[in-house]
Amino acid sequence: MAQEITLTVNGATHTSQVEPRLLLADYLRSVLDLTGTHVGCDTSNCGACTVSLNGDAVKSCTVFAVQADGADVTTLEGLASADGTLHPIQEGFWEKHGLQCGFCTPGMIMSSYDLLSKNPDPTEAEIREGLSGNLCRCTGYHNIVLAVQFAAEKMNSGS
Amino acid sequence: MVTSSFDYYAPTSVADALALLDQHGDDAKLLAGGHSLIPLMKTRLAEPAVLIDLGKISTLSYINEQDGGLAIGAMTTYSEIAGSELVQSNAPVLADASGQVADNQIRNRGTIGGSLSHSDPAGDLPAVALALGAQLTTSSSGAHRTISADDFFVDLLTTALEPNEILSEIVIPALPAGTGTAYAKFANKASHYAVVGVAAVVTVGSDGTCQSARIGITGAGPKATRATGTESALVGLNLDDSAVRAAASHAGDGIDFNEDVHASGEYRAHLISVYAARAIRAAVENAS
Repeated sequence: MAQEITLTVNGATHTSQVEPRLLLADYLRSVLDLTGTHVGCDTSNCGACTVSLNGDAVKSCTVFAVQADGADVTTLEGLASADGTLHPIQEGFWEKHGLQCGFCTPGMIMSSYDLLSKNPDPTEAEIREGLSGNLCRCTGYHNIVLAVQFAAEKMNSGS
Repeated sequence: MVTSSFDYYAPTSVADALALLDQHGDDAKLLAGGHSLIPLMKTRLAEPAVLIDLGKISTLSYINEQDGGLAIGAMTTYSEIAGSELVQSNAPVLADASGQVADNQIRNRGTIGGSLSHSDPAGDLPAVALALGAQLTTSSSGAHRTISADDFFVDLLTTALEPNEILSEIVIPALPAGTGTAYAKFANKASHYAVVGVAAVVTVGSDGTCQSARIGITGAGPKATRATGTESALVGLNLDDSAVRAAASHAGDGIDFNEDVHASGEYRAHLISVYAARAIRAAVENAS
């Protein structure tokens, strides 16, 4: 039995008819074609599905789309500027080689986005702890930490 | 993964939620943060026909000072609790433990009410609720009642909540002067669930001896329990290292230890004494 939801995703308002059991991750990917959000483990562990929901990072595989009715969602696709300029976090992952296969990367970036919005100048330990909800099989996390440090410095320098 | 189908309601008041609960009875489950329930539904271990989402009831989300202690709405998230200066001041162990749950994303959704109502055998907050002597207020159509934490955790994944009740508020009494609190857990490396977890609330008198102690245990058995053997062994003593260790050696008394892929019962029995000692020592150090 479909229900109507209205939510803002990356600044655009969408009204959709969805089954209550449709996960937010699947809504974003299949209904809105925003496939930047990845489904990795589907069991709330890996964090590849991380998005920002009303200003907080959440695992979108563990939220129903109906729970996001009336909410403000930001996904990876919402970070770059309209003219295509990368967000400093995206730039950091590029500059510091913070990815290999790229599967975890959207989640890593969205988690970093949350971390830096609440703790703009984190220590290395705080970065590692702050991203502990995101798993990466490729990088060993080292360059991810460097990417976040790059982003923090750039964001704090006002450039 | 896809859950089974369900009807979904998002009431905006407790009264409306209770009316829905009365209407749908056993067909309905309450949805709080959803990070225990939704994974259970995705694996089809739970297939409720109706979900009543408490997430749009803004009146269930608050942290207030009350009589020197705290009154916390059941839908308050772990993140809100961990970051609250009021909780850090009036019940530091609650803020500390809340900040150790899972990870940032899960803490942004999971709630204190959901944690206590679900009563996961490895969840952190039930042990903390026991150690703090929390009083849990429930609402049902036309009634409220208060259940002490000591009476709330009944069995594996089972609480004293009746099917028509919603846990609405958690009251933490004021901590007496000279009280220190701490939470120590041996966390599973992947999930951060407690293989064992110990919450200690210890009051030290001006003569340096223990006036009272409440020790909450999780991860060890089917439900969170008080380590009453350890508690009584501490009272009246000077809390030096040997006294703490001796008392902590009783932390596992009466517990039917969990055996699973994460740890044997024997290892949990060993860990519980180690972590009880650590929690007590840390609480004593924090005592002011």
